Amino acid sequence: MAVLDPTIAAVHRDAERPSVLTILHEWVVTVDHKRLGLMYIASGLVFFLVAGSEAAIMRLQLALPNNHVVSPQVFNRMLTLHGTTMVFFVGMPIVLGFANYLVPLMVGARDMAFPRLNAFSFWMSLFGGCLLYFSFLGAEGLYGGGTAPDVGWFAYAPLTARAFSRGNSTDYWTLSILVSGIGSIGTAVNLIATTLCLRCRGMTLGKMPLFVWLNFVVACMILIAISPLTAAQIMLTLDRFLGAHFFDTQAGGSAVLWQHFFWIFGHPEVYVLMLPGFAFASEIIPVFSRKVIFGYPFMVAASVSIGFISLGVWAHHMFTVGMAPAGNTFFAVSTMIVGVPTGIKVFNWLATIWGGKIRFATPMLFCIGFLFQFLCAGLTGIMLAVAPFDWQLSDSYFVVAHFHYVLIGGLLFTIFAAIYYWFPKATGRRLDETLGRWHFWLFVVGFNLTFAPLHFAGMIGMPRRIYTYQPGRGFELWNQIASAGVVFQVAAIVFFSWNVVRALVRGAPASADPWDAWTLEWSTSSPPPPYNFETPPVVRSRRPLWDVKHPDDPDWRYE
Amino acid sequence: MTRAGAAALVGVAGAAARAVAGDDTTRTSSIFAPVSAPADAAVTAAMLVLAITAGIFVVVGGLLTYGVVRFRQPPDDDGSEPPQVYGSEQIELAWTVIPILIVVVLCLVTARTVYDVQGATKPPGAVDVTVVGHQWWWEIRYPALGIVTANELHVPVSDPANRTPTFLALESADVAHSFWVPRLAGKTDVIPNRRNTMWIEPRETGLFLGQCAEYCGTQHAHMLLRVYVHPRAEFDAWVTRQREPGVADASVAAGRHVFETTACINCHTVRGTVATGRFGPDLTHLMSRDTLVAGAAPMTPEALRDWIANPDHVKPGALMPAMQLDATELDQLVAYLGTLR
Amino acid sequence: MSAPSAIGGTTPAWTLPDRGRVGIGGLILAESAVFAIFVAAYVFYVGKSLSGPTPKDVLDLPVVVSILLWSSSLTIHVAVRALRGGAVQSFMLWWLVTILLGAAFLAGTGAEWHRLIYQDGLTIRTNLFGTTFYSLVGLHAVHVIVGLVLLTIVLVLALGGHVTRAHAERADTLSLYWHFVDAVWLVVFLVVYVGAR
Repeated sequence: MAVLDPTIAAVHRDAERPSVLTILHEWVVTVDHKRLGLMYIASGLVFFLVAGSEAAIMRLQLALPNNHVVSPQVFNRMLTLHGTTMVFFVGMPIVLGFANYLVPLMVGARDMAFPRLNAFSFWMSLFGGCLLYFSFLGAEGLYGGGTAPDVGWFAYAPLTARAFSRGNSTDYWTLSILVSGIGSIGTAVNLIATTLCLRCRGMTLGKMPLFVWLNFVVACMILIAISPLTAAQIMLTLDRFLGAHFFDTQAGGSAVLWQHFFWIFGHPEVYVLMLPGFAFASEIIPVFSRKVIFGYPFMVAASVSIGFISLGVWAHHMFTVGMAPAGNTFFAVSTMIVGVPTGIKVFNWLATIWGGKIRFATPMLFCIGFLFQFLCAGLTGIMLAVAPFDWQLSDSYFVVAHFHYVLIGGLLFTIFAAIYYWFPKATGRRLDETLGRWHFWLFVVGFNLTFAPLHFAGMIGMPRRIYTYQPGRGFELWNQIASAGVVFQVAAIVFFSWNVVRALVRGAPASADPWDAWTLEWSTSSPPPPYNFETPPVVRSRRPLWDVKHPDDPDWRYE
Repeated sequence: MTRAGAAALVGVAGAAARAVAGDDTTRTSSIFAPVSAPADAAVTAAMLVLAITAGIFVVVGGLLTYGVVRFRQPPDDDGSEPPQVYGSEQIELAWTVIPILIVVVLCLVTARTVYDVQGATKPPGAVDVTVVGHQWWWEIRYPALGIVTANELHVPVSDPANRTPTFLALESADVAHSFWVPRLAGKTDVIPNRRNTMWIEPRETGLFLGQCAEYCGTQHAHMLLRVYVHPRAEFDAWVTRQREPGVADASVAAGRHVFETTACINCHTVRGTVATGRFGPDLTHLMSRDTLVAGAAPMTPEALRDWIANPDHVKPGALMPAMQLDATELDQLVAYLGTLR
Repeated sequence: MSAPSAIGGTTPAWTLPDRGRVGIGGLILAESAVFAIFVAAYVFYVGKSLSGPTPKDVLDLPVVVSILLWSSSLTIHVAVRALRGGAVQSFMLWWLVTILLGAAFLAGTGAEWHRLIYQDGLTIRTNLFGTTFYSLVGLHAVHVIVGLVLLTIVLVLALGGHVTRAHAERADTLSLYWHFVDAVWLVVFLVVYVGAR
């Protein structure tokens, strides 16, 4: 039964098309978690196209040695903006957008705990992104030095000091992230309060969907991890504007201190990005294998462990900084330890598939791609944890390949899976499966073509963040293959964009539960009414809809 | 995979690269072609972890592939749900314990290698070098030998019976850099207000390439390193030549005059003259080097002329200003610099 | 489709934590992490200044202002208890006292900074001690200011007759923020002032 959003239905009944301004106003003032979630995801996807273009420019420049597609100054801005945008204005908004949309629905609540804070957080996040790109116009500063920031996404000191970064481009980097960080913290507070305080009757913590658990862990990590970056950026701004000496090496300050503070944020941040990907996989894989997730309690324990341990691995980004052997050893050990719960999750997903009846709908295709690619990513991560090997691989294209396997091969693939899976719920329309298959296969080919060779480029000595390289070093072949992969990825995104636009305009209507799934969001209409549920749900197991569909064999007998 | 296997892989890659580039002077800087003890240690650790991860990949990837194929929904499916398996404590225990054991092994090997490399003691015959990173070139000083050069590091080959490794002290004049010559050692960062140390012990002579590996600004890509490993006698001869003051050739007096009266002397040093600047590279034996501009240009008179005439044209963003010399001054200056062997 | 319902049996009472408390707890967690980094920077740079006054030279134990600030934790607690009991007048009085104590703390900090800057020549750019001192104490002062603004808003609302016993929980939640600010001062007091000796 497809029930249209009553507001829209009422408007249509009036046989008077609402003006664009009215619709715009509704969306701008909304505090509805579903609309805010969609806006988060939409803005993330827009920035994705921008940051993807920046990457394409870089790959074009690096396709040949001593190339002149862009100047070094422009290339360095591209690399800074690409990283900064992807992490803060694509990754964070999209994962927090999905959390926003789904967590209240999955716990059977009417909205998030603090709807107005939710809206505030979204607009702060969006404003931060706009601020970063405003730097192209606004960062000339008094010295006319530079436009967009060019200090790399981790902005090491003292390159970011006034002496080495003239003008205000670095300040735009700082402020845009500071502002959106406030939004992230607001959303994290909201997620924690929603999860702890708004669960429907019967849903104990042990009966929440894994999606909710993982986003809860993520929210806790955000509170602990974003703050160090906020603090470090305040310190950097004090250095640049008030003459403070936090990272001023001329006055006895420490450049390594910035690195510590940044990576105390930076490492948990990549788990903040990846755990929601695990959340998507943990919901989608069971449904398309037709089996309950294997080992729920262990999945929860593994997720919480990852949250804790990831707070203690940060200096594996700093193995080459010259720490004492004890420090290097400690962080190598902690990094390898965090691989254990991560591996456990992969095994549990494998066990979920095992003995199932796999349906290869587009969401499942992307999840299977995720499993293979994330396996590779995790294994190259183990390689990097071996500090002496890292002394060679750090700051080379091997690391670039590793983290793109995590973030694209892992996170982006699960984001695509999630979009295909929940699009019918959010819009009441279905995405096209054929276009989805084109999207998937083109992207698998393009992504692996681009990033697999980069492992080798790193191993033969190609460092990161160079705008060109010399012929005769052996870098050419790998770079050419990598750049060729961009074509396939672009084609895949074209198919994806076309699929989305087409579905929004004339997609087939979707029922409340098109995939025959088991969590609460599928019990309400597609799209859900503003109040989510007509009556507050009461649950007795982790899969309430399984219990309804299988009253003779409910889950709560086995949990 | 053995070291030979890895080297073979690298060789294939190199051949492929040559085939594409059409360049027969390829010089690999592969981390799997080590010629020095610290680089050897990295490869040994690498082989172990590569073997282990390859094994994991085969097992898990194999199970994944099998699972995805074997458990497809049959085309004639009756729509019933398969048996719901909620979990198994034994299995969870197994695939927790086995990874932990693997981690223990890796940790022990890692710790041993870390302490071995970082805790190496300096034998009496070691050569001491101080490397100072600048935006965007390398200052190389031999404090005990009284030599200062730039971008090209010369060291003696080390004989296991009579070890002569080179110990490097790393300092920065401005921002963070990183010293990386893959075939000789892992990289170590070069950070202002912090003195890092590293060592290399090359057992083969030859030329080994590297470059800065920490983003340091506009021309990070052109902060190349060339390490020349010499037989002992050759190294000593090089040292002797480098210790001499700048050649004083009367025939290029005009060029020397241009050098000394333009601001060149504020940034550059030519030992034996009034030029004692430290901001830019030491030019006393400029012509003894194979490349210009930290590897961005070849050492030819034309390249040198282009560089001095307009540095920003050769290396956009370089901190050397164009000195607005006219053609005559330029020719004279290049002629003078051409005598600084 | 009707919502899933519990199958059989009676469901026990379903009580979950108060969202206001959880929310303020989250905020306090995040802010604690920010302060932890500034404290870490302060501790890291102890003794590393290349020149200029040292903590021992210029810092006196701020006993009076600290007592004033910590007392305000007591007074706000009394105020909230009064509101729970419905004694709005008493609540307003103790709430006002809290604000005045906080303001007195700020005045004392201001006086201290005035002396440090003009007599002892210590500014944020003097040396590493100046940098880490002013930023940490200043960050705390900013949090006090924000707290005072929030408390004043509530006081104004109360004076307008808008605050009743029903708002006691919210006042309590706000008081948690104030207690946090006072707790941070305890840490700053110990690390900076006591540690200087």
